[in-house]
Amino acid sequence: MSDSVVAVNLRVNGTEYPLAIAMSRNLLGVLRNEVGLTGTKEGCDDCECGACMVLLDGQPVNSCSYLAVQAQGRQVTTVEGLVVDDKLHDLQRNILEAGGVQCGFCTPGMLMSACALLERNPTPTREEIQLGISGNLCRCTGYARIIDAIERSI
Amino acid sequence: MSFLIARSIDDAVAAMAQGARPVAGGSDLVVGARHGVDSLPDDLVAIDRIRELAQIEVNTDGCAIGAGVTHARLMVDETIVRRYPGLADAAALVGSPATRNVGTVGGNIMNGSPAMDTGAPLLVLEATVELRSEVGTRTLPIAGLWTGPRHTAASATELCTSIFLSTPRDRSSSAYVRLEYRRAMEIAVVGAAASVQLNDDGTIAATKIALTAVAPTVVAISVDLIGRPADEQALAMVAAAASDQATPISDLRASDHYRRHTIGVMAKRAFDAAARRAQGEHIAVPVNRTLGIGASS
Repeated sequence: MSDSVVAVNLRVNGTEYPLAIAMSRNLLGVLRNEVGLTGTKEGCDDCECGACMVLLDGQPVNSCSYLAVQAQGRQVTTVEGLVVDDKLHDLQRNILEAGGVQCGFCTPGMLMSACALLERNPTPTREEIQLGISGNLCRCTGYARIIDAIERSI
Repeated sequence: MSFLIARSIDDAVAAMAQGARPVAGGSDLVVGARHGVDSLPDDLVAIDRIRELAQIEVNTDGCAIGAGVTHARLMVDETIVRRYPGLADAAALVGSPATRNVGTVGGNIMNGSPAMDTGAPLLVLEATVELRSEVGTRTLPIAGLWTGPRHTAASATELCTSIFLSTPRDRSSSAYVRLEYRRAMEIAVVGAAASVQLNDDGTIAATKIALTAVAPTVVAISVDLIGRPADEQALAMVAAAASDQATPISDLRASDHYRRHTIGVMAKRAFDAAARRAQGEHIAVPVNRTLGIGASS
C-alpha cells in the first residue's frame, strides 16, 4: 500500500480538522485516532456489519471501507454529532428506553442508519425500517427492539 | 504516489494517462486491497465529484447513464424505473443502503465480477459503454466489455464515462432476479435478467436472457422463442436453456450442481416478470421483494 501523505481538511460534526494522513487510511481509523471520536466502531472491517456507519453529506457510508482522503470537503456526521446541547437525540433516547441496546457495539452504526432513514423517509413502515438498517448487524437483540425504537422516533 | 480529486473527465483521464487508477466510492477497491486481491494503487484519482459522470440524460434515441451514477439513484430514478426496470431491480439489490450510496454503475461493470448485479440487465438491454482516454473516445457493446473474471477490454488509461441504453420498443420490458441467502450485504448466488418484447397478439417478438455468477463473466444465452406465447412452455424452455448453457463453478457459496439447477429457476422467473411487465402489469422494483424471490424477511 502507498504511504503518500495527503493534507486533508475533515469536517466532522461541524468542526474542521486539518490533518495530514496517508492516502491508504480509512475514514474509520482517522475518526477514531486522529480526530479522537471513538463512538464509531470497528466491527468486521470489511464492509459487512455496519458498526462503522457514519453519515457523509447525510448519507450512510461504511467508514471502514471509505478512504479518509475522499471525505475532503464533505460533512461527516458520527454518533457524537447526534447529541445537541448535551441532549440525546430522540433515536438515542428511544433505543435506550425500548431496550434496543444490549452489548451496544452495533448501536452507533444502527443510530446513523436510522437517522439517515428518517431524514429521507420520515414515516417509514416496519418493513422500510428493516431495509433501512439492513446493512447493520446486531448479534444480541434480535432487532425487534431496535426497530421498535426507530418506530417510536417517527 | 499521489491523490487527486478530479473535477472533470479531462482531469481524470490526464491523471490516468500518468498511471493513476480511478476511485468512485471505493467499495470494491478498498475492500479488494484489504483482501489482497490487488494492493491499493500508488496513484489514485477520485472521480466521485465529476458532475458529467453523475448525470442521467434522456433524449429521443435513448438514455445515457453517467458511470458515476450510484445504485441508490438508479433504483429510484423515474426514467430507469419506468423504461429499464430490470436495471433498477438490480441496483436495488446491491449491498445495503450504505453500499448503494457510494457504489456506482460504472464501478460495478468495470470491476468485472461475474457476480455483479447490474451486468446482466445491461446486457439484455444491449447497453453500449463509452470509454474515454487522453487519446480519444470509443464505444463498445457491453457484450464485448468483459473478457474474464475481473478483466475488461478497457485499457488502464481508459475511463468508463457513460452507459447508453436505446429507447425501449413498445410492449417491451425487462427484469432481474437473483438467488440470495439473505436480503442485504449479499452477492448473487446466481442471477438472471431478461428483456422481452411482445407482438400485438401477445406472442414474443424478441427476447434476451443473461446470467449472473454461472460463468467466468456475465453471459447471454440463446433460446428461440420468437413467435411463441409467453406461456408455461416458454418458461420451461428458458429454464432448460439457462441450466444447459451455464458453466458454473463450486465455491463456498454454492456447488456447481446447485447453481446449474437454480439458474434455470431464476432465468424463468426473470423472463416471466419481464413478459408480465411488457404486457403492462405493474411489478414494483425490485422483483425479488415484490414477488418474494430469494431471501424472505
